[in-house]
Amino acid sequence: MQDEVEALLEAARRDIAQAPDTAAVEQLRVALLGKKGSLTALLKQLGGLPADERKQMGERINRAKQEAQAALTARREALETAEAEARLEAERIDVTLPGRGEPLGAAHPISRTIARMEAIFGQLGFSTETGPEIEDDHHNFEALNIPPAHPARAMQDTFYVRGGEYLLRTHTSPVQVRTMRDRAPPIRIICPGRVYRVDLDRTHSPMFHQVEGLYVAEKVSFRQLQHDLKQFLALFFEKEVEVRFRPSYFPFTEPSAEVDIRGERGWMEVLGCGLVHPNVFEAVGIDPERYSGYAFGIGVERFAMLRYGVDDLRQFFANDQRFLDSFGAAA
Amino acid sequence: MKLSMNWLSERFGAPLAPEAWAERFTLAGLECELLPASSDTRLDGVVVGHITGVAAHPEADKLRVCTVDDGSGSSRQIVCGADNAREGMAAPLALPGSRMPDGRAIEATELRGVASAGMLCSAAELGLAESSKGLLELDLDAPAGQPLAEWLGLDDTVIEFELTPDRGDCLSVLGVAREAAALEGQQLPVGPAPTDIPEDGAIDARTVAIEAPALCPVYWGRRIHGVDATRRSPDWLRERLRRSGLRSVSLVVDITNYVMLELGQPLHAFNDAALCGTVCVRRAEQGETLRLLNDENYTLDHGELVIADDDGAVALAGVMGGQRAEMRADSGVVFLESACFLPEAVAGTGRRHKLHSDAVHRYERGVDPALARRALDRATALILELAGGTAGAAVMAEGDSVKAHPVTLRRQRLDDMLGVTVAGERVRRILESLGMTVREATEGWEVVAPSWRYDIAREVDLVEEVARVIGYDEIGASDYAAQIAPRALPEGRRSDSELRAQLVARGFSEVVSYSFVEGGLDAALRPDAARIPVDNPIAEPYDTMRSTLWSSLLPVVRHNVSRQQRRLRIFEIAHVFEAAPGVHPDVRERECLAGAMLGRARPEHWDERDGAVDFFDLKGELQAIAPQMTVEAARHPALHPGRCAQLLREGEMLGWMGQIHPQLAARVDVPESLLLFELDLAVLRPRTLPWQPQVPEYPSSRRDLSLVVAEDVRCADLLATAHEAAPTFLRDIVVFDVYQGAGLENGCKAMALGLIFQDYSRTLTDERVDEATQGIVEAARRQWGARIRG
Repeated sequence: MQDEVEALLEAARRDIAQAPDTAAVEQLRVALLGKKGSLTALLKQLGGLPADERKQMGERINRAKQEAQAALTARREALETAEAEARLEAERIDVTLPGRGEPLGAAHPISRTIARMEAIFGQLGFSTETGPEIEDDHHNFEALNIPPAHPARAMQDTFYVRGGEYLLRTHTSPVQVRTMRDRAPPIRIICPGRVYRVDLDRTHSPMFHQVEGLYVAEKVSFRQLQHDLKQFLALFFEKEVEVRFRPSYFPFTEPSAEVDIRGERGWMEVLGCGLVHPNVFEAVGIDPERYSGYAFGIGVERFAMLRYGVDDLRQFFANDQRFLDSFGAAA
Repeated sequence: MKLSMNWLSERFGAPLAPEAWAERFTLAGLECELLPASSDTRLDGVVVGHITGVAAHPEADKLRVCTVDDGSGSSRQIVCGADNAREGMAAPLALPGSRMPDGRAIEATELRGVASAGMLCSAAELGLAESSKGLLELDLDAPAGQPLAEWLGLDDTVIEFELTPDRGDCLSVLGVAREAAALEGQQLPVGPAPTDIPEDGAIDARTVAIEAPALCPVYWGRRIHGVDATRRSPDWLRERLRRSGLRSVSLVVDITNYVMLELGQPLHAFNDAALCGTVCVRRAEQGETLRLLNDENYTLDHGELVIADDDGAVALAGVMGGQRAEMRADSGVVFLESACFLPEAVAGTGRRHKLHSDAVHRYERGVDPALARRALDRATALILELAGGTAGAAVMAEGDSVKAHPVTLRRQRLDDMLGVTVAGERVRRILESLGMTVREATEGWEVVAPSWRYDIAREVDLVEEVARVIGYDEIGASDYAAQIAPRALPEGRRSDSELRAQLVARGFSEVVSYSFVEGGLDAALRPDAARIPVDNPIAEPYDTMRSTLWSSLLPVVRHNVSRQQRRLRIFEIAHVFEAAPGVHPDVRERECLAGAMLGRARPEHWDERDGAVDFFDLKGELQAIAPQMTVEAARHPALHPGRCAQLLREGEMLGWMGQIHPQLAARVDVPESLLLFELDLAVLRPRTLPWQPQVPEYPSSRRDLSLVVAEDVRCADLLATAHEAAPTFLRDIVVFDVYQGAGLENGCKAMALGLIFQDYSRTLTDERVDEATQGIVEAARRQWGARIRG
């Protein structure tokens, strides 16, 4: 019987090692250790043995059972691991194939530039105001101290509609006028939007965008104006830029200045500004003795061109998809 | 305005270094740039030549053989093709070895067999004119052999000013020199007293009168007899005019232009023989006509200011002379005018008749009334010197005098506005150097501006003067605590930037197009709109304010399609415009969001279907950005009648969506599959903030059923019936299939619905769900004849 146990175990070890899959391992388990299994059968024969032999043999068979169980478990685990690995291997994909879904679109560079300006001026305490694009003479010119004979009012500079009764605003200053009329100081606002002038060539578009700014409070000074605009320029371009304020003339500000920044090709005019003219305050009902203010006007296209290296203004309004795509997710 | 730097230095009384002064002028508010006096200011090897003989060329009709004195003592032979070459003439001579500004080398050569030792030159060849005919004629007293650059004084720089309209006082050598002196803290000496003009009492003075005294403070005139109008303007005069960009016209006209550049006073010379009686400044009579020097007739309907004699208008005052009294070569008697017309007298006239001249430019900005007499005498002296003749007495008429009112500058105000304190002594010196009369007053100074400054009317004008003379850089910049009234965007209103970001995230790209469009296209898109045409469009395709953004989106689509862009998802956020007759203001602007989709539904991909975008792709996009939107089949002239919907939000008209009408697509040349939408932002923006959001604690139940209905039963109606019939715990219905075809009778469709039930207060039992489902099926059967698909 001893020999029989050894032979059985020997055969089981061999069979288990060769079991091709977990199902075969299970079959072997049943064949060896099941109710009708061969080792179980040997255990049943113990009753026919003498008592001393029975105990010895019993221990031997139980040890064989444990050995078989251990071999079965090991084999099953090995097979399970291999099967899992095989499945994962079979599920392998080419991760370099293109992904699926809609890429991001792009905000127009003009909006993008305005958004950036709004964010910067927002940090400096300016809120955004907007207004209509078709305006009347009063809001666009008269209230801004632009006299009736001023060249800007001529047909060659301003678009008129409805027989001259209205016009397309030539700057976003009418929004300043409305705000000053409707609200008491302190006022610290920017007015982004579309404006229109009769002009069309490489550097002029009949429609373009401005971000105008206005600060009205007590004792607003030219020194404060220079400070705020220098700060804006440094923040916008993310570096200290060489800035020059030079005297100029606008009917609605005095003193007035053009602001130049130093570029690769010398000084470049980027915006106009000045202290709000007392005539403007009087037109909107703000006491110029009590309040003063500054105003500035930024040409958005000019800043977008400088920022993104666009050298032809017309590209902004051609809306070629390939141009717009340059401002997409990656950029 | 261009001026010779040498001329400026001469008037200033000391050399003005061009670069340094260009910067100083710019930083004081006179924007300028420097140009060379000519393209080649050296002209090495080009000298003054005197033609001492001219003979015919033996071989060529058009060439002549000139003998030229080059100042060396011996003559040289030059073959020349110029018509004006003649004996006794001085002209530039380019010696062999010299080079023209265009790079051409001059060599001793033979022309059709005749030796030519150099070249006689035209102004254009020397870079002294854009174009020219014949040889450049030089003064006869130009010394033969003298380098031409030296004779013409080409060692000069031209400074070109782009002056702001408030600084008309700087439109002359005098004005700029005065400004330079002020920047140096000095006052420019008035200059030599006007030459004492020998006036001949025997010459009858012409009477002058002013009938429009409010527009003309002063009018000076003078007859000059015996003028030789045919004489040539001397080289120095021509050169100064040339550097200012003016061509020589004739001696007397050149002199008037010269004095205008020198002093800033426009002058006019009339042919006195053509004048009759009193010269009078008056407003034009209604419908009066006048033929001007440009050979055009003008009808004067607006009371324009004219110069008239007894026979009618002879000039448009301050704008242009008339043809009747134009100076001619044989005009022996000149009537010279030097007058001050106020800006309001000239500005409107110039613009109304589209006439611009150097005179208009100056009068519009204001000419110093104190200049008129001085300029008259200066021009008279030059005429007598250069054209000969005898001067009559100066005659004058006076209108209302221009009174300079004192302006108070307060110390405190100045400091507050600049943000820095400028020493009182310095303020006074600055103002005085600008020609102002300054008197100390209790709070600051009382200032009277000089007659040439039209722009000093209020205190702030003086603040600006002080600021620009000390320099903006010196005022500096400093941080401060701004006075702010903080404002936050209302959360219940979706902003442009939020909508923009959402669309960009959904793959749409933003476009920005002109607000003016082609009226015809706009009319095809919205025939019912009351359009607003532009009175003065810049070009035909931009003649109307758009009443729909589609008017500019369609051209954008066409642009891209014609450039092989087959898949488009674009949007624009902008205003649309309509007339609103009967209300004020009678224009209506609405903010809109519009867009277009074209091409594949999804980007081309190795594992995606190849389907083109359709109505439901667009609808899905819009439902995402416009929740609570309802969709009604409706008709729109721009859209396919069967694939068009009107969009509503809480009963308000939100906008339109659909596929383009094929006829329109053909007309505009865009693909028929194009999808369009336009939403009114006023309706789209509002939103309700989330309030006490509920997360259900109990499981939900779902029942799927397929209902067979007639094919014309609309989904929305079927769902509405279901919702009405269902208890409150029906949360949602998903339409997961719509089927027509085999297995169903003709004219029927099966709609597969997923009913989702959820009770927030307890777990739903199967009985309640089944009962609710049964109720829905029953209602659908009653209302729409629906049956459950077997």
